This record gives sequence, structure tokens and C-alpha cells, in this order.
Amino acid sequence: MNLVVTDLVQRFPAPAGGGRTAGSVTVLDRLSLATGEIGTLVLVGPSGGGKSTLLRILAGLDMPAAGDVAFDGEPLPRDEEGLRCYRRTVGTVFQAYNLFPHLTAMENLLLPLVHVHGLTEAGARARVQAPLERFRLAEHAHKRPAELSGGQKQRIAILRALVVQPRRLFLDEPTSALDPEMRAEVLEMIAELRAEGRQFVLVTHEMAFARRVADEIAFVADGRVTCGGSTEAFFGRPADPRVRAFLATTLVP
Amino acid sequence: MPRWIAHLLVAMVFAAAVAVAFSRVDYDWNWPAVWGYRRKFLQGWLVTVAVSLSALVVSGLVGSVAALMLRSGNSLVEAAARVYVELIRGTPLLVQLLIGFYVVATAVGLENRYVAGVLLLSLFSGAYMAEIFRGGLDAIPRAQIDSGRAIGLTPWQSLRLVVLPQAVRLVLPAVAGQLVSLVKDSSLLSVIAISELTLNAQEVNAFTYSTLESYLPLAAGYLMLTLPLSALARWLEHRFRYEIA
Repeated sequence: MNLVVTDLVQRFPAPAGGGRTAGSVTVLDRLSLATGEIGTLVLVGPSGGGKSTLLRILAGLDMPAAGDVAFDGEPLPRDEEGLRCYRRTVGTVFQAYNLFPHLTAMENLLLPLVHVHGLTEAGARARVQAPLERFRLAEHAHKRPAELSGGQKQRIAILRALVVQPRRLFLDEPTSALDPEMRAEVLEMIAELRAEGRQFVLVTHEMAFARRVADEIAFVADGRVTCGGSTEAFFGRPADPRVRAFLATTLVP
Repeated sequence: MPRWIAHLLVAMVFAAAVAVAFSRVDYDWNWPAVWGYRRKFLQGWLVTVAVSLSALVVSGLVGSVAALMLRSGNSLVEAAARVYVELIRGTPLLVQLLIGFYVVATAVGLENRYVAGVLLLSLFSGAYMAEIFRGGLDAIPRAQIDSGRAIGLTPWQSLRLVVLPQAVRLVLPAVAGQLVSLVKDSSLLSVIAISELTLNAQEVNAFTYSTLESYLPLAAGYLMLTLPLSALARWLEHRFRYEIA
């Protein structure tokens, strides 16, 4: 994929206490970014810097206040109807609470296939069977989310995004809400999918993992990409002193 | 101890206490006089059943529409729903029935008092339902809506497939309580001369001067409706039960 973001602006109402708002805060401040022809882009940076806001716009969940986004030269739609069609061609996984708690893991997987992509129930079951077995989740398919571990829940969520055969996946800190031992199984699954050529845009705090899977890295801080480019350059000799400081605190040698 | 034995025990203790209370009252029981009017009780009870069931369905519709209006995002629509809910909940049903039937229904040419009664009762109960439904919808986490949008659901699909199934489980106990109230509130329809159970019991009392013999069957008649309703609600609650992730 090739991603070009130009002068992206996003503002949110600023809370003024008592449920009222006072003006707005600018979360993305004329953010620009251009990647080469890559498979995986990783967004990193300090909390509140705008990574997740950027990802939500890239995933078609929020509309920016201003600016342009284009994947492979194709601009994102500017209306909700168009964005919904766009969302059906990509997959998104959030930090937590992705699955619908009233449905079993299997029903969670079937829902988009049947109700959004028009498959028959039997056709949908046939399609999810192989991926479920591949990621050793078939034995848990009959369980409700509450009966699954955090790692299993996230892996089912990734599968749900995957079985609709999306062009690329957007992952917003998919392991941040997990215990360390469950992080590994989710990260392993992502690495495996990446190795077979899946495209990802990923927000993470796992710097070692970012280094392993990213083709390019964008450092998002204060609503801008202050440093971006190839993974080797980013971790090798970052020009931006803020990136050096960030890496010093997050990369345990 | 099995639950049914516990229920039976409590019921027996309660019945004994009531029996003691009644034994201390100097009262001439005259059941035969009231027994002669048993068909009248049955007719009244059937009207109460019909009116309650109709109002139960209509108030569910009214409540659903008002709940959606309350969270429509349009300030005019929200204001209209809010005024409706607060006016209805803040005034006595008695006044609503009298004004609604003798003033409003007459003005719009609605002469069938049964239809008017069901509508007025539904508007009353619908205001409470609206707040229950709104609370249930608001309790569904934002992340669930986002997940629905992320897989490409339309807003209507999201409501039908994601939000409502979860909200139903949350609101069931409160809705059951409201429906039980609705059945009992139907007794006030006697003030607009709807010949339901309460009006018939009052008439039997007037004919026989046997107050307790008229009103005790009245209470039993309502229990015969409200107890199955509560049991149904508990069964549904059990069916919709699942752990939250």
C-alpha cells in the first residue's frame, strides 16, 4: 500500500466541566505523511499525541475537519455513506470490547459475513472454519466473549476483521489491555499474518514488536508526524531529539 | 430447601397474619350476596385483561418511539419527547384520564371510550417505558457502536443486531415492573366509565353493601394477571442472561 496524508486536521469539543463544552481542542494539526510502497505502517508516539485519532480517520470511522487521505492514490470518501462502504473493504480492531457480548465467538464471526457481505449462514460457516482451526480457536467458537481469555478475545476480533477479506487491517493498540503472556499470542498472530503479505496500519506501544513488523514508522506527537520513514532509520539514528528521548524511555535494552 | 416450599411457607405465615387481623374485626360476612354477581366479576375481569394487554402493546410502541426521540440528536425532537415524558410523569393519571377523555377525546371526535382509555393508559405508561428504554440504550458502551460501524453495519443494523439485544436484557426487570403497574393502573379507567374489574367490584359493593367481599375478589383478579406477568419476566430474564465480557 501507499498512503498519502495531507494537512489533516481534527478537532474535538473541549470539555468545560458540568457536561458543557468550551471551544475545541486541536488533536491533529495539519498532519502530513507519505509512505513508500509498503506492507505495514506502525504509528508510535506519546499518549495523547494523536495516533489513535489518525488511525480512526484512516479506518473510516471519523471524518476529519480538514485535509486529505489517499490509499494507493484513492482518496477516502467525505460522506458517511461512502465511508461505510469503505469500512466494509477494510478491517479494524480496537484495544478492547470489540466482540459483541451477547453472541458466541462463532456468531461474532458470522455477523459481518451474513449481514454486511451477504453470505448465507452455511457459506459463512464454511469460510470461518479453516481460519478458526489455523489459529487454534475452533474449540472456543461456541463460547461467549465472557468465557474467553483476553488474548482469545482479541484473536477472535482479528479473525472477524480478517474473514471478510479486507484490503488492509487497522489495529489500535490491540495488546494494550492484555496481560503480558496474552500479548505474545496476539502479537504472534499479527506477525504471522504480516509474513503472508497482509497489510497493516498499527498503533502500538510495543517498540520491539514495531521494530520487527514495521516497514515504515511514523512518530506522531502534538498532532503531527514529527519523524517518519523506514524502520531501520527510525531506530538507527533518529534525527528528532524527541524521538531519541521517546526511544530511550520505551526501548528496554 | 426447594424454592416452592419456601414460597409456600412464607405464603402460609402471611395468610395466618391476615387471618388474625380479620378475626379481630367485627364484620358480618355475606359471601352469598356477592357470589350472585360472579358473572359480573368475570365480565369486568375480561375487560381488564383486554384493556391491559392492548395498553401493554401500545405503550411499548409509544415508549420505543419516545425513547428514540429522546436520543435523536435533534434538539427540537428531543425537547418534544422530554416535555411529553415530564408532563405525563409529573401529573396524576386520574387527571390525565378525565381531561384526556372529556376534553381532548371529545374535541377530536373520539367517542369510543374503550379506545380512548387504552390510548390514554398507553400514553401514561409509555412515558415511563421511554425513560426505561432510553436508560437501556444509553448503557450500551460506545465501543460496541464503534465495533458495529467498523464491520460496516448501517445505523439501523447496529440498533437491531448489536444495541437492542443487549439493551433488552438490561431493561427487562424494569419493564416487567412497569407492566405490572400498568395492569393495576387500568383500575383507574373506572373514572371514565369503562366497565372493567374495579368498576364492577364497586357496583357490586353498591348493590350488596358487602365491601370486603367485593374488594377481596378484586385484588385476586389483579394478582391473577400480575403474577403470571412477573413469572414470564423472570423466565425471559433467565433466557437472556449472559455474563458481560
